[in-house]
Amino acid sequence: MSDFLRSYLTVFWFGLAALLLASLLLGIAVLVRPSRPNREKLLTYESGVDPVGDGWSQSQIRYYVFALLFVIFDVEAVFIFPWATQLERYGTFGLVEMGVFVGVLLLGLVYAWRKGVLRWV
Amino acid sequence: MVRLLALDPVAIGDLLWTPLLIIILKVVAIFAIGLLVTMFMVWFERKAIAGMQNRIGPNKAGPWGLLQTLADGIKLFFKEDLLPDRADRFVFKLAPYLAFVPAFLVWSVIPLGGDFSDGKNGIVTWFGEQTRVQLADPPVGILLVLALSSIAVYGIMLAGWSSGSKYPLLGSVRASAQMVSYEAALGLSIATVLLLAGTLSTSGIVANQDGFTNWHVVSTGVVPFIIFLLAATAELNRPPFDLVEAEQELVGGFNTEYSSIRFGLFFLAEFMNTVTMSGIIVTLFWGGPQGLFDIPIIPGAIEGTIWFIAKVLLFLYVYVWFRATLPRFRYDQLMDLGWKILIPMSLGWFMLMAALRLGRDQDWNQAVVAIVSAAVLIVCAGLISMAMKVSRANREREGATF
Repeated sequence: MSDFLRSYLTVFWFGLAALLLASLLLGIAVLVRPSRPNREKLLTYESGVDPVGDGWSQSQIRYYVFALLFVIFDVEAVFIFPWATQLERYGTFGLVEMGVFVGVLLLGLVYAWRKGVLRWV
Repeated sequence: MVRLLALDPVAIGDLLWTPLLIIILKVVAIFAIGLLVTMFMVWFERKAIAGMQNRIGPNKAGPWGLLQTLADGIKLFFKEDLLPDRADRFVFKLAPYLAFVPAFLVWSVIPLGGDFSDGKNGIVTWFGEQTRVQLADPPVGILLVLALSSIAVYGIMLAGWSSGSKYPLLGSVRASAQMVSYEAALGLSIATVLLLAGTLSTSGIVANQDGFTNWHVVSTGVVPFIIFLLAATAELNRPPFDLVEAEQELVGGFNTEYSSIRFGLFFLAEFMNTVTMSGIIVTLFWGGPQGLFDIPIIPGAIEGTIWFIAKVLLFLYVYVWFRATLPRFRYDQLMDLGWKILIPMSLGWFMLMAALRLGRDQDWNQAVVAIVSAAVLIVCAGLISMAMKVSRANREREGATF
């Protein structure tokens, strides 16, 4: 196994330990807690009145639009991170190139803004 | 088991008992520290806020109420665990794990101590073996942190969705939009640090910050730090960005339907995230375990840890302070701050730092670079503020009164 993967293996073991801890906590709780469910207890909570309609209500489309916008900026981060760590390698050419790239993305943000996507109310 | 554990970086070479012992010791220690510090943080927050609001706070369980969190936790074990009829059973049970495990995993890449003086790169000698005070040091540690914080979004999103109830659903869509928005700004401010550090490994970033003027908070010019602090607070859903669990509107937000220890796991994850995020801020911007001066008497192997703890405590206090002082944002203000201010600003500052850094390497005239960049930045800031004015005017014309 390569050195590269070795360090992740420790992380993996640590994650497994965390998973075990979580299941242990839930397991102990199963043993000690009471369980006397009835119909009223299992109703979904709506401030004390009987729930109205379906649990999965509609929500605004705007949340979705923001998620789409985020994808653009996250992909951007994928390109920016490697360049940022290897700045000298590409020199002035890289800087200009990145300036153009970031500029285009900012134009995208300005376009979204102009179209009213960033407006919440 | 022994073979697999032996693949840890400290155990390269022959498998001896000492390195294996150190690895096990580190896993157990970081595990215990993680839990203890989280419990301490819950107590600390309640106590500090009580002080700020002229109350006493928890003072019954243990000395100064220190065991209050433990008492609350034990109480949660004995509470009935309800699974609402409408819930999606599998996802409802899965979500607490998705919130808890990533929160814990972040601990593994934070340098919790170590000797960074004289180019020792954080390696200390314990029991005659050289090791780092850090569970793992993958070459892309910072990306791992970002990835884990993205997984944490799933925990919250799925918890709200699977409850089959309206308040949690609203809380979780809010949470995902908010966390996703601020993650962009968070990533871009980290990129500025990477420009200077030239590496993605957390211990490499710390090693780059020797001496106060090289701490990234100073050498990146404060702005990325402020952006990171704001974005991190939003990412943690802590006040003033806690719209996810705005009690007045959403009862408990995404965890309204959770009870018993399942709720406890969310609660624990939230506070653990606060502690680890402080650790990441310290690692990225405040020199991690690097100290300002040598503490007398204490050996170098422990000194780093003391500095680290002191700095993390400072940021924990800042978070509590935020919560006690600032009122909650409105959702549109939150989105405006994220998209219209933090993202353009972090991008602009990133390009500025890149130009300055490259200019220094290639012997450009620093004054010219600085003046040109400043001019560009001022023009951009002017354009943004004009755009904000126009959009506000448009909104007022359409009848909005706030």
